[in-house]
Amino acid sequence: MGLLSSRISITRYKVSGQFEGSVHETVYQGLKQHAIPKIEDDDSEAIVGWTSFDNPYTPDFEGYSFVFGAHMIFAMRIDKKSIPPKLVQKHYALEITKHLADTGRHFLSGNEKKAIKEHVVKTLSRRIPATPNIYDLAWHYKDASLWFFSNLKSANETLETFFIKSFGLHLIPLFPYTTADLIGGLSDRERDLLLKLAPSQSEE
Amino acid sequence: MLDISVAYNRYKFLGNEFLTWLWFMIETNQHQLRRYDPDLVSLNIGSRLVLENTRNKAKETIIIKGEDANLEEGLLALKKGAVVTEIHLSYKAGAHHWQFSLKGESLNISKLKLPETGPVETPEDLEGAVIEKTYLIETVIGLVNNLFSHFVKLRVSDEWRNQTVSRIRKWASS
Repeated sequence: MGLLSSRISITRYKVSGQFEGSVHETVYQGLKQHAIPKIEDDDSEAIVGWTSFDNPYTPDFEGYSFVFGAHMIFAMRIDKKSIPPKLVQKHYALEITKHLADTGRHFLSGNEKKAIKEHVVKTLSRRIPATPNIYDLAWHYKDASLWFFSNLKSANETLETFFIKSFGLHLIPLFPYTTADLIGGLSDRERDLLLKLAPSQSEE
Repeated sequence: MLDISVAYNRYKFLGNEFLTWLWFMIETNQHQLRRYDPDLVSLNIGSRLVLENTRNKAKETIIIKGEDANLEEGLLALKKGAVVTEIHLSYKAGAHHWQFSLKGESLNISKLKLPETGPVETPEDLEGAVIEKTYLIETVIGLVNNLFSHFVKLRVSDEWRNQTVSRIRKWASS
């Protein structure tokens, strides 16, 4: 999912807003503060954080190492635990049997079953390691443009939320309307006409 | 500006019409494309073209795959009112060759194959390789933005309704 892949996917964004101080220092602080934690949080199903583009398992942003020419290049890492449903099913059944034997009862209430299931999921998620997913991005601050090297909807949604949390700037996805409106070079009159456009077929 | 999700859904058609126009331009007016992009050597349909016809309240999808595929079926679908929803392009500029897919509704780029760059053998090679790759990506994104800007200016003009639509129909029927 990256810049150096042989087949690249790109979702384009316009970055809305500007920093007041030094760009590299502000980005460095945002990256450092929201870097992917080195120690896994046992209870979380998924952890999101920034990491180095060239060394995604040991994030290091010192010396503004994320700056490559006019671009700032780094990666978003999502470490996600996925527990196979059949494993949950097995441990849930074992736990129910044990609970019934311990209490000498024949039935469990809905709430008790729910609590047992939650306990099973929590216990299993502590034992299962998270799988890392790495998505590179290239940010050209001066042009207010950002390329995210994935077209996955969930990864893009996570990026949009995490970016504003980290840097306080909004990402506007560039699809047909926003591309026309924001970077299409249209005059005010043309932008008004754009708002009234309908598919050509229905205009006939 | 419109709400983002409303704008995305409402203007999907604009991206699909852009790809339809682009196919028309590739087949009929390379000269004009070269005026839009002076570095352009050639722009051609690659190995995949997807069309969709949502007329008559039913969605029909036509997928044409393969190098040098016969695009007649696509033209027939256009004649029946379909639009291009995804296109794979082969772009040559200077001595370089790019291949990529473009989706109409999102203008997302996928399967982008860049021109060959030098191997990264040492950590010192990395910075040069990254700068070269970003330049090559910038070129292809610049092409898409450039073509889309020309299209959208045409699309909001009277010329689109009075001339271009009938030219595209004539081409599809020829």
